[in-house]
Amino acid sequence: MQKSLHLDPNKCTGCLQCEMACAWENHRSFTIAKSRIKVFTFHEPGRFVPYTCTQCDEAWCMMACPTDAIRLDPVTGAKVVLEPSCVGCKVCTIACPFGTINYVSDTGKVQKCDLCVGASGPACEKACPTGAITYVDADWTGLDKMRQWAGKTDTNPATV
Amino acid sequence: MAWTKQVLRVNLTAGTCVAEPLNMDWAKDYLGQRGLATKYLVNEIDPKVDPLADGNKLIFVTGPLTGTMAATGGRYSVVTKGPLTNAIACSNSGGFFGAELKFAGWDMVIFEGTSPKPVYLLINDGTAELVDAAHLWGKTVWETEEVIKKQHQDPQIRVASIGRAGENKVLFAGIVNDLHRAAGRSGVGAVMGSKNLKAVAVRGTLTSAYQIANPEAFFTAVDAGKKVLAGNGVTGVGLPTYGTQVLMNVINELGALPTHNHKDTQFASANAIGGEAMHEKRETDGKANLVTNGACFGCTIACGRISRMDPGHFSVKDKPQYHGASGGLEYEAAWALGAANGVKDLEALTYANFLCNEDGYDPISFGATVGAAMELYELGILTEAEVGLKLTWGSAEALVKLAEWTAVGEGFGKVIALGSKRLCAKYGRPELSMSVKGQEFPAYDGRALQGMGLAYATSNRGACHLRGYMVSPEVLGIPVKMEPQATEGKPAMLKAFQDLTAVVDSSGLCLFTTFAWGLQDIQPQIQAACEGDWSDDRLLLIGERIWNMEREFNLAAGITSKDDTLPPRLLNEPANSGPQKGAVTRLDIMMPEYYQVRGWSADGVPTNATRTRLGL
Repeated sequence: MQKSLHLDPNKCTGCLQCEMACAWENHRSFTIAKSRIKVFTFHEPGRFVPYTCTQCDEAWCMMACPTDAIRLDPVTGAKVVLEPSCVGCKVCTIACPFGTINYVSDTGKVQKCDLCVGASGPACEKACPTGAITYVDADWTGLDKMRQWAGKTDTNPATV
Repeated sequence: MAWTKQVLRVNLTAGTCVAEPLNMDWAKDYLGQRGLATKYLVNEIDPKVDPLADGNKLIFVTGPLTGTMAATGGRYSVVTKGPLTNAIACSNSGGFFGAELKFAGWDMVIFEGTSPKPVYLLINDGTAELVDAAHLWGKTVWETEEVIKKQHQDPQIRVASIGRAGENKVLFAGIVNDLHRAAGRSGVGAVMGSKNLKAVAVRGTLTSAYQIANPEAFFTAVDAGKKVLAGNGVTGVGLPTYGTQVLMNVINELGALPTHNHKDTQFASANAIGGEAMHEKRETDGKANLVTNGACFGCTIACGRISRMDPGHFSVKDKPQYHGASGGLEYEAAWALGAANGVKDLEALTYANFLCNEDGYDPISFGATVGAAMELYELGILTEAEVGLKLTWGSAEALVKLAEWTAVGEGFGKVIALGSKRLCAKYGRPELSMSVKGQEFPAYDGRALQGMGLAYATSNRGACHLRGYMVSPEVLGIPVKMEPQATEGKPAMLKAFQDLTAVVDSSGLCLFTTFAWGLQDIQPQIQAACEGDWSDDRLLLIGERIWNMEREFNLAAGITSKDDTLPPRLLNEPANSGPQKGAVTRLDIMMPEYYQVRGWSADGVPTNATRTRLGL
């Protein structure tokens, strides 16, 4: 079964534990500037929204890469940047419609979420204290929402 | 090392920014943040200096756990000599600014001197420069942050700034970061204003500025700590759901909610301004005051309130800039703006709170000062002609007007800006100021809770709930239940709380963790992050050392044991209702014992033996 990161903004408090966990996993540093997942604060409406790569099947970044440096990990479905092949041309950052692949000037390579390839699941998911980030069956990311709406239906005349 | 070991020294007079190595001997003796910056301050300034004069210094400081995955590890403090109290001032803030400073490679920024013109400090990792702030002077905190981010085309910059209150040296002006987190108390913002320093803007992207000494042990300790927070009723449920406002009804029912400038100890309308009320849908627009809860950096509790006002409320009807969500009422603010004045209009309190954030001033001191003015008005000492308003108890209109006037120094706002001690003295009734050492009480009555009374009287920064939170044992039963009216054992318990609090305030962690955490939860996190031995005993000794260092600074500043007292109202006028009816604060019993457990003389001076034991 393939899994997906499932982001639920309604549960996010904007604490950035996910960003630190990501930076630690990939850079051995808590510096959130290096995180591949970002939490955005929308001040006026009062919302916190975590956002990262959704691992498109036909990934624009992968197709745009001239050096074939972005590969599919067949186990997780993640699109993974192969650093030795990346030349830092940044074409993928233009191709990605969502902005979730970005250049890292320290390394001269791009980075994107790879679902923590090689580890036992994504670090951001493990660090999230509120369940705003979960790692669930890729075919059923809508299950929670369905359950919520299902709970609101009531067809039993006795209880309506 | 969990420290970056770098200090940025900014001479505002000369316009220079110079890096210097952190004094690691001091870091070992004072840990970080509150303790370490206070050590620097007391070493560098004349204790008798006028807080708003050139010779005072202003230090922004992080702790070793700031900018780490330790739950709540995002705190920073501002340390200076406070203009409200003429005592040591240390104001602690959350938000995201502190961690950013650490990511940029700085443990501490020391500001000295006075800039000839308004400036702000811009830090980009290892580089720092003073930038002209002529275009920002006169702007609010909210405008300042927006302009700086736009100007540098970088929305990820974090900003701590003063609003117009700090510029105008309102004596309880604070420093606000991330729009609504504040180093709020003791007037640290007025010191910043006196130095012509408008803001500190930071972007930090370094990955190797500091390291955790033992990552494996660190994550074990940090994960265990997070589990304790999540499983605790207060930090796991109460705070995220109701914020600190979870306390409003509890404290009121206990008869410990100071009301009408401490004339009363219960507020009949507490229910209308508490945490539960913020959840209720308004009749006017069908929406609740509370939008959501929000976290500071790395915080797994997330007690912060994000509120949205009723756009039809009289205070904001034609002001769309206040119709969006922003930092909502915490317990202390709701009490000071509400119960202290008898105001029960939750929307008016929210608006006043927005203004405190927007223009950078302390809602506790502001609200309590309005309460003192209302009592003077009731007594006929202040008149409508003098104030320009009917200053009657419970007037939301008066509260709102004074909130609009105070930061900008309009009308009677100029007098409110002095704080209650100077205001009451000005009108010949100094005893009506509900303050200690010039700083206003927060939201717990010192008669109803004997230990809190002692905590207020002995706090090094004036009346404060964050220097020894005796509410924990006296109300919540943490770590043990103590009867509110008991005096026995309170001095020793207070000393333990004060020392432990000094450690937490020096670590980079939030004090609110201690609703759930004891030293046994905190020590392993510090031990794993910092190299060397950080045993419980050593940490508590550090806490005690910090407390005594602050005490000695205050003594040298001219504050004595005579100032370790409470307003006569708390000592002589019994609580008039509720379970604590009849109580006065028994400082006469507790203070001598407190001095004794502290190892101080009968005059409240640390003895030589104590000084030697603490290495002072």
